[in-house]
This record gives sequence, C-alpha cells and structure tokens, in this order.
Amino acid sequence: MAKLIDTTRRGLVRGAGAAALLTGVGMPAIVRAQADAVRIGHLTPRTGFLGPLGEYAVMAVDLAVEEINAAGGVMGRKLEAIKEDSVNPQTASTKAERMVERDKVAALVGEISSASCLTISQVAERSKTLFVNTGGNSDSLRGKDCKRYMFHVESQNTTYVKTAGQALKARGLITGKKVYSLTADYAFGHDLTAVAKKFLAANGATLVSDDLVPTDASDFSSYLLKIRAAAPDLVISNLAGNQITNFLKQYAEFGLTHAVAGFGFDTALAWAAGKDNFAGIWPVMWHHLIDAPSSKAFVAAFTKKYGKPPENQAWGDYVAVKALAQSMNEIKSADSAKIIEHWEKGAKFDALHKREAYFRASDHQLIHEAYAIEALKPAEVKNQWDLFKSSDPVPGPNESLEAIFTQGDEIVCKF
Amino acid sequence: MLDGAFMLFVQQLLNGLLDGVYYLLIALGLSLIFSLGGVVNLAHGAFFAVGAYLTVAISPYVGFSGALVMSPLAVALLGVLIERFMLRRFYRSDPILSLLLTFGLAMVAEQGLRWIFGAAPLSYSMPTALRGQIFLGSFVYSYYRTILLGVAILCVVALWLLLNKTSFGRVVRAGVQNPDMVGALGISLQPYMTAVAAIGIGLAGLAGVLLAPIYAVHPAMGQEIITPAFVVCVIGGLGSFWGVVVAALLVGLVKGFMVAIDMSAFSIAAIYLMMLVILLVRPRGLFGERIQRFE
Repeated sequence: MAKLIDTTRRGLVRGAGAAALLTGVGMPAIVRAQADAVRIGHLTPRTGFLGPLGEYAVMAVDLAVEEINAAGGVMGRKLEAIKEDSVNPQTASTKAERMVERDKVAALVGEISSASCLTISQVAERSKTLFVNTGGNSDSLRGKDCKRYMFHVESQNTTYVKTAGQALKARGLITGKKVYSLTADYAFGHDLTAVAKKFLAANGATLVSDDLVPTDASDFSSYLLKIRAAAPDLVISNLAGNQITNFLKQYAEFGLTHAVAGFGFDTALAWAAGKDNFAGIWPVMWHHLIDAPSSKAFVAAFTKKYGKPPENQAWGDYVAVKALAQSMNEIKSADSAKIIEHWEKGAKFDALHKREAYFRASDHQLIHEAYAIEALKPAEVKNQWDLFKSSDPVPGPNESLEAIFTQGDEIVCKF
Repeated sequence: MLDGAFMLFVQQLLNGLLDGVYYLLIALGLSLIFSLGGVVNLAHGAFFAVGAYLTVAISPYVGFSGALVMSPLAVALLGVLIERFMLRRFYRSDPILSLLLTFGLAMVAEQGLRWIFGAAPLSYSMPTALRGQIFLGSFVYSYYRTILLGVAILCVVALWLLLNKTSFGRVVRAGVQNPDMVGALGISLQPYMTAVAAIGIGLAGLAGVLLAPIYAVHPAMGQEIITPAFVVCVIGGLGSFWGVVVAALLVGLVKGFMVAIDMSAFSIAAIYLMMLVILLVRPRGLFGERIQRFE
C-alpha cells in the first residue's frame, strides 16, 4: 500500500493559524445600481460578531427603501440602496470610497463599529459626502473626531449611561452602593467604561472592581465566582454582542442574585438569552413596544415582511434612510451640503418616538427620547419577543430632550 | 479574609480546570482525525455549531435528553458523508489541499446556518430540571456543569478504552504510527478512518449540544471555539491522547488563574503565550510522540 499520508507535524500549527484567519474573511455583496435613481450607500458589518445586528440593519434599509419608493421615491426618482458588508475599518473605508467614486452615492448610511465609523467619516469629509452613523456609539465620534459631514442617529455612550444610570439611581442602586463591572476589552468597552466610571463617581457609587473581558472569551464562570465573592449591590455589563447573551445565560446558571444592569445593549441579545435568563435594567434608544403611532406602524410593517419584530439596530438604519429621503424631498436636492444646512437649521423628524427628534448643530447628534427597559419575570412573559417592560420616555415630558445627551463642557466637537 | 481570598483562588483554579474540559471534547476529535488521516480539520468548529443548532431545532420535539443523543449521531452521520465524499480524496495529497477544503467547508457551514436560521443568535435555555447550583462550604458550582463534566469524563474514558483495549483501537494506533505497515498486513485503513471521523466529528456535535444551554447559539460559534481547540492539540502534542487531555486542563487552568489574579484582560493572550513557550521547549508539544511520517 502506498504511503497513506504525506504531511508534517507543522501542518497542525499551520491549521491553528488558518483557523484564526477564518474570523477575518468576509464576502462582498455587490449590487449594480440603476442610472437614474438616487443612490445611498449602506455599509454595516454583516459577518463577524456584529453580524447579527448588521442583518437587522440591512432588513430595515430594505424596508425603508421599499416604503419610500411606494410613496413616490425621492424627488420623483427611485431611491436605491447599495449595500455591502463593511467587514473592518480598512475595508469599510475602501468600500465607502468606491461607493462615492464609482456609484456616485448621494449619502452613506450605516455602521455599528465605531472604528469603521471613523474611517468612513474620513472618506465622507474628503469627498464632501454626507455620512449618517446608525450604530457607532463612541463618544469621540461626537467629540474630538467629529466631522461636518458626519451625523449620528445612533446615540453615544454618555447617553446610554445617563439613560440606564437615571433608572438605576431612582431605584437606589447607585448612591452609596458597591458596583462590580465587566468591560469588553476593546475600543467600545473602554470608551463605555470611562463614561460609566464618571457617572458612578459623580453619583456616589463605589466601583469595587472592573474586569476587562477579552473579546473572544465566552465563558464567564470565573468572573461569576469573583462577583459572588465580592458581593456587590449591582453588577454592570459594559460588554457587547454575544458576550452579553453568554453572560446573562451563565449569570442565571450560577444563580447569582445581585442586581444586574448594563450600559450598552441590543434587544437581539435579550431575545437570544430567552425569558429564563434575561435579567436586569438596560438602556435602549428605541424598542419595539413603544406606544407611538409611527413606531407601531414600523413594527407592524417589519414583522409582516420578516416574520419577527425589529431590533433596535433596525430602528437606527430605518430612521436614517427615512430622514434622508424626507429631507431630500423637502429641499428638492440630494446635495450633501444642502442637506447638512437643512439639518443644522434644526429640521424635525419623526424618529418613532412620542416627541419629534432633531439633529443638534453643535455635534450633529440626533436628539431624541430614550428608554430604560427592565426584564420581566419568566412567569410574566407572554411571548419570545416581549421580554421586558419599558420606562416612560427619558427625559420626561417637561424636561429638555438634551438632558440625557452630552451637555455644556461635555460637548467638545469643533468642526 | 486571607482565608476567604485563598479559598476563592483555589475555587478559581478548580473552575479553570473544568473550563478546560469543554475544549477537550473538540480537541480530542481534532487530534484523532489529524493523527490518522493527516487532515487538519478546520471545519471541526462548524460541526460543533451544527450540533448546537440541531439541539435548538429538535429540542421542542424530543427534549434536551433526546437532543443529547440524536444531535451528536446526526452530526456523526454528516461527518461520515463528508469523510466518504470529500476528506477521503485528500489523504494522499498535499495537506494544504485538505486545509483549503475544510476551510471552505467551515465557511459554507457557517453561511448555511446563517441562511437557514438567520444571523441573529437563537434563544435556547437550559431545561428546568437541570437548573440549580451545588454548594460545598464556600464553593459554589452550577449543577448543569457537573453533568457536563460527567458526560465529558465518560467520553474520555470510553474513547481511551476504545483506543487501548479493543482490536479496533489497536489498528487505529498502528495506523497512526505506520500506515504502510498496516497496509502490508492486509488491513485496509479506510473503514477505520471513516469510523474515526464519525467519532471525532460526533464528539464536536456533542460539545455543541452540551454548550447550547450556557453559550449564545450563533452562526460564528464554531469559529470561536476552533482556535483554542487547535491550541490544545498543539500544546498536547500529536498522537498523544493524554497530551490533549492535559493540555485542555492546562489551558483552562491558565485562563482561570489569570482571572483570579485580576489579569483577566490577558487571560486569552496567556494561552497563546503558553503555547509559544511550550513549542519552543518541546516542539512536538507536551507529550507528542515521534511519528515517523510527520517528521
């Protein structure tokens, strides 16, 4: 019999390297555009750990474009979205550039990763093309890295922390209490934890420990044992993506009873954790149970089209595309500079909340209502989607909408 | 206080050891398939993910215990088909080809899961009967994980017995060391290779079932587990059953240790550093045997 195998021991080591490579490969989805349509370029991570959220973003864009075209399009022309997987900051920037140069898009929309937002915003600034960020949370994008050509439908970490923080404070879980936090060990987590620490210190909480969790860690048992030994009053998650689901599942598994909350959140992660595991208080900029007519219409249309309710990432991309089309129709122009001028003058939008939203001229942040949601007990849950009850809109009806956003000295953006 | 801190430290080390057991189920199959077939199975993580997804899909009908039996069997069957129609063609060829094949398979599987089940993670909870914790003094442990541990130990023991105490195992071990000699003795390794693929891939499916209740079930879950599993194989050394076992426990231990000493940010990096150091000192891994044809 001939030699069955011809290989080397090093093949295995090579395999380990190739396995690591698997993570970095994405697939382009190139869609040809029609000549006479008004085009927008949509970029968001569709693979990798943010992929699950990116999928909701893409579904929302498709729905928004469909609705806009059914209502007559943009300035009598068809609206067309060119959608691609942004993969990583470098690829995002290359694809953004191609969309601007080759496809002549009127605007860029999308993203979840703050790092990719930054590289896209550089392309936007250079090519004078409007970019609407729908998912990047980092404060620096609205601060030292702010750009004239970049607007933000997604809110920043400060807003998330203030929204959840106020709800936690009202429940007596902050002032004079011991807090233990887990932080995702990458840019988003670091940015979020810095804002969280500021809030905790300003409101009299003691941070007993802040553990950095590597992004590829999926087992939390050792952290849970530490938390149990530290006996904090509140456990804060500054985690992201599937790690939140893993954490919640294992938190329930270990039977820990300390109050849980988080400063960053996406509804899909609660749905993945399920009613038996989802716990705590979390901030959202929008959720599918909001009692506003436009929100209900969006949820109904989305559910009809896709068979499941929209997640909060779907909200961001839907609102961005709708706002763009609405403004183009209002000012009869798809020119980025004209849209920016219009938005900076305080154009109002229905961002699927009770109160109307607007972009703040000082840092281009969409100013709108937010919510703190709280997990229902398993027995109170009626279906797999409605796992939580919501606070009233934050800020309250008599407060300025800007109360939960950066204010005064916190706004450091200079265009 | 010192006593409390010490107890916590001990508990962390124990927990780390148990954490390593999850990698073990993946790594054993990976090591077995490479040792006998010379195929670096990059799709091994995908089988793990398929095991988890099958569990979510069939649990409503057959329960978790039904899934515990049926999912690994189904995944093993899938493994047999893939061995029969794909892997088999590559035993004799340049290893880079089988690497490319399984790399492609992993991507197809992940994208397939995304297609069928959606990109969003699926909801899956532990059956009520398996919930709860075990307390031993200041020690606490999840009841479910003790079951998981039990199943893993059972698998390791059964696999060891199969490889060391049966005629099947004798042929497999001989095949790892010297396939030509086995052929000269008139034994075809082909059916053994099929069986080894079924066992190894079935174990990955079993790990998928066992981890579905405590991990997020999402399309890329296979990718997440395959890299540490490879590290375990490399540290343990080829052809060594106990090498893989010791390496898996060691990887868990190092991770737990790093968290215990408040260096959690480096808990994953420490594993790779350990691999680097071990390979520098022992290029064949901890217990890697000298296998003539791999040198």
